[in-house]
Amino acid sequence: MATLKEVKSKIVSVKKTKQITSAMKMVATSRLRGAQNSMEAFKPYASKFADVLGSIAGKSGGDASPLLVPRDEVKKVALILCTSDRGLCGGFNTNLISKAEKLIKSEFDDKDVSLICFGKKGRDWAKKQPQPIEDEFIGVVGGTVEFSVASSSGQKMIDSFLEGAVDEVYLIYSKFVNMARQIPTIKQILPIPSLEDVAEEKEVEQDEGFLPEHICEPSSDALLGEMLPKNIFIQIYDALLQTSTSEHAARMSSMENATKACEDIVGELQTIYNKTRQAGITADLMDIVGGAEALKG
Amino acid sequence: MAEKLFLEVVTPQKAIVSEEVEIVVAPGSEGEFGVLKGHTTFLTSLKIGTLRYKDTKGKERFLFINGGFAEVLPNKVTILAESAERRQNIDVERAKMAKDRAEKRLSEKREDTDIVRAEAALRRAVHRLKIK
Repeated sequence: MATLKEVKSKIVSVKKTKQITSAMKMVATSRLRGAQNSMEAFKPYASKFADVLGSIAGKSGGDASPLLVPRDEVKKVALILCTSDRGLCGGFNTNLISKAEKLIKSEFDDKDVSLICFGKKGRDWAKKQPQPIEDEFIGVVGGTVEFSVASSSGQKMIDSFLEGAVDEVYLIYSKFVNMARQIPTIKQILPIPSLEDVAEEKEVEQDEGFLPEHICEPSSDALLGEMLPKNIFIQIYDALLQTSTSEHAARMSSMENATKACEDIVGELQTIYNKTRQAGITADLMDIVGGAEALKG
Repeated sequence: MAEKLFLEVVTPQKAIVSEEVEIVVAPGSEGEFGVLKGHTTFLTSLKIGTLRYKDTKGKERFLFINGGFAEVLPNKVTILAESAERRQNIDVERAKMAKDRAEKRLSEKREDTDIVRAEAALRRAVHRLKIK
């Protein structure tokens, strides 16, 4: 049986851990609020953009932009992996990374895969992989995500797609469903799946099916050509925002569990402590009683 | 027909403007255009420049627009900009510094200079200063 002192010091250390986990939970809660706010703030832009894009996509032919054309032979694939910079958020990063691993093994085993990493955790994993890291962005996910980050990295992807350096680009990110659910998701961003999908996926409620016939300036094809790259930036930005929000939500719930677990352990340890103490006192009493009996003789 | 024209300027970060206006003048990629209520539906891309509008009290307001798209409906104008700033929020010092930087980069004409980017930066800075 452990000595009193040992049990006591264990209790102290678990209590300290609990303090840390509950503090982290509170930080995560407030960050989560911030991340959710920026997701909310992004919604009007995204839905309006999808609206407009959908309405001109319907008018224009399928070959309006080289970004729409799938390659005959796909040899080189780029994966954009969004993870968090910091750990202590349960299985959040592990889930995302295993999603990426599975995807590479099952789909792209015979292809050249390169990785673009948002977040330190994904980068650290990618370093140990045979696939090269094309680009890495640390300090984006989890903090304030700037749109310019999404657009500059998106532009790089578009450039290398047009040059033929990559044939397909996929985005792996954590989709934020609600506080308890964050789903690792794979999304193809290049070549753009198809215009109908783009329009359909973003189907926004329109005012009683009112689809205004726009006059376009420059032509609708030219506009579409300009909007499609933007749409990719929007997808990347959206993925980053969702991953950030998911990270904080995941951390919040895992820290809450950890705090609860600490409470349980402290309770158990306290019982052991009390029992040990009582055992000591009983033993002492027995000694005294025994001594007194012996003296009486 | 709606009585008023409604202007909305949204960026990925937030909605900058959402109010009723008399007139909007925006920097279209094919030239500046003005919109009054009852305008025909119209869709265009925007270049870097100044968006002007007159609010219902007749006060003229200015916004810096960093490119984007505009959708015009008879009673509503929606501007989708990657970023936009109201005149009072423009950071003059930063814009001046950006201008100097961009000019320097363009004048040095080094091989590795990204001309397109530098020019865009210069245009942004110049327009910001002009609005101010």
